[in-house]
Amino acid sequence: MKPLRNPERELLQFRERLVAASVLVAIGFLILCLRLSWLQLVRHGEFLARAEQNRIALVPVTANRGLIKDRNGIIIAKNYSAYTLEIEPAKVEDLDGTIDELSKVIEISSRERRRFHKTLDDYKHLDSVPIRTRLSDEEVARFAAQRFRFPGVELRARLFRQYPLGETASHLLGYIGRVSPKDEERIDSFSDPNNYNGTDYIGKIGVESSYEEQLHGTTGIEQVEITAGGHPVRTLTRTPSIPGNNLILSVDIRLQELVERAFGERRGALIAIEPATGDVLAFVSKPTFDPNLFVEGIDPVNWDALNSNIDKPLLNRALRGTYPIGSTYKPFLALAALELGKRRPESIMYDPGFYSYGGHVFRESGTKGGHGAVNMHKSIVESVDVYYYALANDLGVDAIHDFMQPFGFGELTGVDLEGELPGVLPSSEWNERRFHQKWYGGETISIGIGQGKNAFTLLQLAQATATLANNGVVMKPHLVKAIEDSRTAARTPTTTAENRRIALRQENIDIIRAAMVGVTAEPAGTAYAAFVGTSYKTAGKTGTAQVVGIGQNEKYDERRIEERHRDHSLFISFAPAEAGAVPKIALALIVENGGWGALAAAPIARQVMDYYLLGKDTTVPSPTRTSAHATVAAAGAEGN
Amino acid sequence: MNAPDGLRLRLRSFASSLDPALLATLGALSLVGLITLYSAASDHPGNFGGQLRNFLIAGAVMLVFASLPPRVLTRMAVPVYVIGLLALLAVLVAGVSVKGAQRWLDVGFTRLQPAEIMKLGVPLMLAWYFERRAGNLRSIDFFVAFFLVLLPVALIARQPDLGTALLVLAAGFFVIFFAGLPWRWLVGLVVGCLAALPVVWSLLHDYQRSRILTLLDPMSDPLGKGFHTLQSMIAIGSGGVVGKGWMQGTQTHLEFIPERTTDFIFAVYSEEFGLIGNLVLILLFFALIARALTIAGHAATPFSRLLAASVAMILFTYAFVNMAMVSGILPVVGVPLPLISYGGTALVTIGMACGMLMTIQRHRKLVQS
Repeated sequence: MKPLRNPERELLQFRERLVAASVLVAIGFLILCLRLSWLQLVRHGEFLARAEQNRIALVPVTANRGLIKDRNGIIIAKNYSAYTLEIEPAKVEDLDGTIDELSKVIEISSRERRRFHKTLDDYKHLDSVPIRTRLSDEEVARFAAQRFRFPGVELRARLFRQYPLGETASHLLGYIGRVSPKDEERIDSFSDPNNYNGTDYIGKIGVESSYEEQLHGTTGIEQVEITAGGHPVRTLTRTPSIPGNNLILSVDIRLQELVERAFGERRGALIAIEPATGDVLAFVSKPTFDPNLFVEGIDPVNWDALNSNIDKPLLNRALRGTYPIGSTYKPFLALAALELGKRRPESIMYDPGFYSYGGHVFRESGTKGGHGAVNMHKSIVESVDVYYYALANDLGVDAIHDFMQPFGFGELTGVDLEGELPGVLPSSEWNERRFHQKWYGGETISIGIGQGKNAFTLLQLAQATATLANNGVVMKPHLVKAIEDSRTAARTPTTTAENRRIALRQENIDIIRAAMVGVTAEPAGTAYAAFVGTSYKTAGKTGTAQVVGIGQNEKYDERRIEERHRDHSLFISFAPAEAGAVPKIALALIVENGGWGALAAAPIARQVMDYYLLGKDTTVPSPTRTSAHATVAAAGAEGN
Repeated sequence: MNAPDGLRLRLRSFASSLDPALLATLGALSLVGLITLYSAASDHPGNFGGQLRNFLIAGAVMLVFASLPPRVLTRMAVPVYVIGLLALLAVLVAGVSVKGAQRWLDVGFTRLQPAEIMKLGVPLMLAWYFERRAGNLRSIDFFVAFFLVLLPVALIARQPDLGTALLVLAAGFFVIFFAGLPWRWLVGLVVGCLAALPVVWSLLHDYQRSRILTLLDPMSDPLGKGFHTLQSMIAIGSGGVVGKGWMQGTQTHLEFIPERTTDFIFAVYSEEFGLIGNLVLILLFFALIARALTIAGHAATPFSRLLAASVAMILFTYAFVNMAMVSGILPVVGVPLPLISYGGTALVTIGMACGMLMTIQRHRKLVQS
């Protein structure tokens, strides 16, 4: 019975299993339907977006960087297109081996090789590092023929920054360089960081940096359809880039060149300003450097040479050098005395050649016997120290501080360059805060001749001089006069509106101005020799600043002092300074370790005035330094 | 009547004896497969021609198997299984390694993948075994059956080819299930496996665990192992309801879908034909499997019905696992989509399976009991 019944039972059971299997199949396919509906209905939008994202690559199109021109339209920073040979480190296993092989095809100097490795070390995130720039047509052809041998080495046409005038004006121009991680933080603070996608270079210092966003332009975008492997298939849309704006500097680059030539090998700084506008006409810091060296990443040899140079060519002396300004402070102190009623111009004091304060003797420098009877005019013309020792004592440090602050001493001028230092305009309150000490009256005496705790930048001194020339109207100095749209050439001026006005009585200003004209025009004037025979009148004041403290009873002997311990030579001036004339130029300059102000600094000022007012360039034909030295020596010494 | 006439008559009667429903669904699926492959392989036009040839060969194989009486299949079962087993052993000893897996056997003129034989060899063998035991089925028979399944599965898993091993295991398991494996055994088996999981897990090395975890959750590694799944999900999802249109799939044509002519071809189809296309495809597969199960229900002998039912479930397993894997609900194992994926071996295997279904249907039980 049982064996016969079994097959039937098994068949029934099989049918039952078929139903179970059918249910399994139905459930399985139902799950699939639900899953596919989930993906294709509910999440369709999300996946469609991701598919588009996969498919479309946004390729940034870098904008041409704006040009930099001087006030007369002379181009001082431009772009040129050139081929570079670049290595993608990720795609090359043996970098040195590859470079060895490359150098058999194209000349690669050991310096370029070192630069390559330095760039590689400094910028680890770069995917393409240049090994050779500016390939000639012949080199391009030679490499192209052998390209297959060098996977990971690419020939690229790139735009490069070039500073055609080389070392001229490098401290104000600055330079651009590769975007570093630090720069990326800066980019994040810009109004539109995305504008820097695809940007390799950024302004590092100078106006290249302070006007970075103007110069950069607007990055364009190409939508490119790509394969999974990243190969472009076709361009879908294209938003062209908008080139950066051009900068029109207020600087007269010919004047700048002339000043740099006049300094020669000497160290120092000169800032010339148009008083009425605040236009910086010349902004010199010597020595300079060649900004072109930095664009592609500086090679270690040049870097070490610049960095370890005792003359510190990378230091921007005009912006960041703070100095005691010596006797160039005197006209401002005299003005303070008039404004505060501490002196009348005609009141006379006797200069015995020294000044005693609290048992301490302050000597008149330069003249042994003193200047005798001295009024305010003479005190400026002959630079009488004793007059100012007494005046400083009568004014007191805080009155001096309060009077000088509106002129910008010890304050940032707000010039359009980064890294400006404020310097120090001392006050008793500052002294206590800084040194936790009371201010001693004796310290005020040194302030009278621009020594002691004063430390100003040349830019501040130039601005104060321009303010004096401008009858107390303060104009913020600026290096960039206008922003020029590179497509329409329309210019937008940077602000030249009156910044503020110092309340000064015009008759007092005129007294100081007349005395400063006396400095260059009267035979007893300290800068008479330097300005002899000019057809215009110049207001000036010499200054000499001590580098090494010399005891008041010691004798200063220039010949016995090492060159670098010699005094700094300073000069401030503005011209034309005839009564009623509007000065076109005001300047302040320093020649480091140049000795007496009349000797080194004043002749440079004369050359600037001759060129700017008369168009005469006296720097080229005659060796001015020696001739100036000779005449000054003959005319007699300057007081300090 | 002359000889050619007699042959023509016999051919006509053979053709008319073939199951039209099965033929129609197979034809429709093949058409979908060729259309999809044409798009998927647009950058390798040779693949389309190759697949056409594969279809011709598979069709011929199917007709040959359709013409064999089921008793021939019964006689083939043991030799096929034994030869397959010997070949697997040979692979283990003297196989050719490709990409770290020893799956191929060099037989001079070509290379064979013996695991492929077992996809049908195991169900044949088990169907034969259970037919012999029909009427006297005992518990011990299920143990023997499991042993017959696990022997080749273990050999295939060692190659290693986990995907094929699981498919062979599934094929064998379905025969055992249809042969009447008691439900409580089934439940016990499932519970036992689940209980064993933590034990096995604790025995694994960390790197093995992390590999299993990425297998189970590909999205944890979207740029590595999960890349394939993610990209195919993007393709499917971006297809939407009506799809991007034939030859218009961006994921497909910009090469974002990996293995797009073979294991991941479903993503291509989904991207270009959308949810509507998918429902049509699933319906076609459902029709195919339902027809195969019906054939099993009408089969004349225990061997035939077990073989037909397991073939139906093999087709289901392939289709389900492939679509589930491509749409991201199962881990990625190498399973092609029947009749759609490019590849000759798989097509020929399906041709054989469908040929078997046809002969079983031709020799069905004519009287319902």
